[in-house]
Amino acid sequence: MIGELLHRPWPWYVTGPLLGLVAVGLLLLGNKPFGISSNLRHLCAACLPGDLAYFKYDWRRAGLWNLVFVAGVVAGGFVGGVLLENPHPVALTSQAQASLVALGIHDFSGLVPRELFNWHVLLSVRGLLMVVGGGFLIGFGTAYAGGCTSGHGISGLADLQLPSLLAVVSFFAAGAAASFLLLPLLIP
Amino acid sequence: MTTATATTAALARFRERLLPAYFLGGVLFGVVLTKGELASWFRIQEALRFKGPYLYEVFASALAVATPAFTWLKRHRVRSLAGEVIAIPPKALGGGRRYVYGGLIFGLGWAFVGACPGPLFALIGAGVGVMAVACLAAVAGTWVYGYLRPRLPH
Repeated sequence: MIGELLHRPWPWYVTGPLLGLVAVGLLLLGNKPFGISSNLRHLCAACLPGDLAYFKYDWRRAGLWNLVFVAGVVAGGFVGGVLLENPHPVALTSQAQASLVALGIHDFSGLVPRELFNWHVLLSVRGLLMVVGGGFLIGFGTAYAGGCTSGHGISGLADLQLPSLLAVVSFFAAGAAASFLLLPLLIP
Repeated sequence: MTTATATTAALARFRERLLPAYFLGGVLFGVVLTKGELASWFRIQEALRFKGPYLYEVFASALAVATPAFTWLKRHRVRSLAGEVIAIPPKALGGGRRYVYGGLIFGLGWAFVGACPGPLFALIGAGVGVMAVACLAAVAGTWVYGYLRPRLPH
């Protein structure tokens, strides 16, 4: 019974407040700003800074805490996605389900459609565009915008910062447009 | 001078002692992302296609917790456990172009992969191995931004 409860997905009113508390907790712990995409920059600064001014800073001092945090995120993904895996298909709204079926998605189990995200897709142009191209745009765009869904969407908006609102409106607009117009071209 | 050095060293040691706490914070965030389905490709597409309120309810309730908490912490000049007065560095608006252009580019990638940076890392842990490739591509994207940065409008 308890096992069944632990595997169930959380409702929004549990997920959202906990998400807010993570951001508040990091400030309380060490005055750290909640943001994930900075780690992509720290990884560059640590591994291949080249001769670029953007990567010339003390990444240990600025980002070691965040790299440790992100290692925790990977571990948490294992806990939530494997140990406590939801055995049922995701409970989308029926409109969402219909819209994704129209896109060609049939399997709604797990966190991502297995038909789209597996090692074999890397052998196709569409798969490469989706996984490698998409990943590249995420890294480029978040560095350019100075934050992602956590840094701008949670920290920045909670701090009532106008730049973050600009970024959030922009990435939702582009995300919606791409989901409607480009995704159908990427899904076989 | 020596006391200052000693204090800095003590502070550095204390900061290192906090690292396990950051790790646990990351674990909590990773569980929230997976159990809360924020790392779900399906949920992200549901939101981006305006076919369901879930993601918007999550964001609204997260902000309903974080916004008053941030305001309160700043107004009362609360100190963190590490001892500093909590301050959230403001992002410079400037011409604002970097937020629009960068946001638009990120949004495209977000829709393609169906995951933003946090979920990318969580999905690797959740066993979607191919997301490690997306993650490496994201590091490469950040590197190319660092390379082109002097020539881009900000």
